[in-house]
Amino acid sequence: MIEIKGLHKYFGDLHVLKGIDLTVKKGEVLSIIGASGSGKSTLLYCINGLEAIQQGEVLVDGVSVHAKGTNLNQLRTKMGMVFQQFNSFPHLTALENVALAPKIVKGKSKAEAKEIARAQLQHVGLGDKFDSYPSALSGGQQQRLAIARALAMEPSYMLFDEATSALDPELVGEVLDTMRLLAEEGMTMICVTHEMGFARDVSDRVAFFHQGIMEEIGPPKQIFSEPKSEHTAKFLANVR
Amino acid sequence: MNFEYTFHWRPVMRKLPDLLEASLVTLQISVLSMIIGITLGMVLALLRMNGPKPLAWIASVWVETARNTPALFQLFFFSFGLGAFGMHLTPYLIVLFGLTFNNAGYLAENFRGGFQAVPDTQLRAARSLGMSAWQSYTRIIIPQVFRIVYHPMTNQLVWAVLMSSLAMIVGFRELAGETQALAFKTFRIFEYFAVAALIYYAMVKFILGISRLIAWRMFRY
Repeated sequence: MIEIKGLHKYFGDLHVLKGIDLTVKKGEVLSIIGASGSGKSTLLYCINGLEAIQQGEVLVDGVSVHAKGTNLNQLRTKMGMVFQQFNSFPHLTALENVALAPKIVKGKSKAEAKEIARAQLQHVGLGDKFDSYPSALSGGQQQRLAIARALAMEPSYMLFDEATSALDPELVGEVLDTMRLLAEEGMTMICVTHEMGFARDVSDRVAFFHQGIMEEIGPPKQIFSEPKSEHTAKFLANVR
Repeated sequence: MNFEYTFHWRPVMRKLPDLLEASLVTLQISVLSMIIGITLGMVLALLRMNGPKPLAWIASVWVETARNTPALFQLFFFSFGLGAFGMHLTPYLIVLFGLTFNNAGYLAENFRGGFQAVPDTQLRAARSLGMSAWQSYTRIIIPQVFRIVYHPMTNQLVWAVLMSSLAMIVGFRELAGETQALAFKTFRIFEYFAVAALIYYAMVKFILGISRLIAWRMFRY
C-alpha cells in the first residue's frame, strides 16, 4: 500500500504540490490526469524518493520514504518507474539493460539475472531483441524495454510517468497494450497519463490534478461522465 | 649564398638504437602522464561541478592555468619555479608532473563536457532501479561519458607525446632530448631532427591506429 499524507513540495518559491492525501491499495490501477505543470509527475518522483519533500509523508508498505535512515535503494526496488524519455541505457544491449539491476542491486548471479531478463523481455514482446542496442529499437520498443527493466526487479508497484507522451502516435498502442497486460496481471500501478482512453478503460480510479491540488478522485465512469469540479469538466472538454 | 651542405645519414643510423630507446621513454612518460592525468582530470571535473566551494575554486584555477598558459612555462614551474623554493625535482619528475598537470587540466574540461552531455534522466533511471550513487556513476554515467570523451582523450595523448619534446629544455633524455644531445655531438643537426620527426610521426600514427582499434572493439552501440 502506498499512503501519501499532507504532502507539500516546493521548487524554490514554487509551490508544486499543495497538500496531497492519497492512498493506493495493492492491486489498484490509479491514473492521474491533469494539465502540464499540475504536479502529477512530481508526485511520482516524490513517491520513490527521487525528489525531496518539504512537508508531509509518503509511506510505502509502511516505510516512510523521506525519513532519515530509510534505505532508499532497497525501497526503490519495490517501485518500478517508467519515464517519459525511455531512459534506456544506450551503452548496454536490451538484455544487459534488464539484467544489470538484478545483478548489482539484488545480488543475483549472472546466469539468474540473464534468465530474469530473458523472461521479462519476452513478457513485453521483445523476445527477439536480446542483443539489440537501444539505438536499434523504435521508441515503442525502447519504452517496453524500460518496462521490462523495471519489472525485472520484481516490484510491488509500477509508476508510469507519461510513458507514451514522447512516442509517435502509431507506437502508443503497443506500450498501452503492455501496460494493460500488467494491469490484468494484478500489478499495482500509478499512471500519470494523457491517454484518456487508457485512464477510462483500465484504471480503477482516476485522479484529476489542478495547480498542485488533487481536485477530485473517483471511478473513471464518474470522473469522465459526471465530474464534480468545474476544472475537471473544463480539462476533459479540452482534451476530448 | 651557395648551398653546400652535404647530408650525412650514417652517424644518425648508427645511433638509431639510442633514438628508438629514447622514443620508448617518450611513450612511457606520455602514457603515464595520461593515466594519472585521466584520474586527476576526472576528480577535477567532478570537483568543478559538484565540489565544495574552496575545492571547486582550486580545480578551476588548475584547469584555467593548464589551458591558458604555455605548456613550456608549466614545465618551468616544476623545474625553476619549485627550484626557487629549494625543491629540486629530478628531470623525470619535472616532465611527468608538467605533462600530468597539463593533461589533467585539458581532460577535466573534456570530462565536464562529457558529463553534461549525458542527460540527468539517465541518473534518475539508474537510481529508480535501486542503484546506489556509486553504482549509477560507475555502471551507467561514466561509461557513457567515456565514449563521448574517447576521441578528445586520444587527441590529448597525441598532444602529450608531442609536448613531451619540451622536456629537452629541462635536460631530460626522451626522444627530443636524446636527439639534441647526439645532434650537437656530431653536428648532424638536420639529419638527427629529421629522423626524430619521423619517429614522432610514426608514434602518433601508431597511437591513432591502436585507439581506432580499441574504439571499434569497445563501442558497439
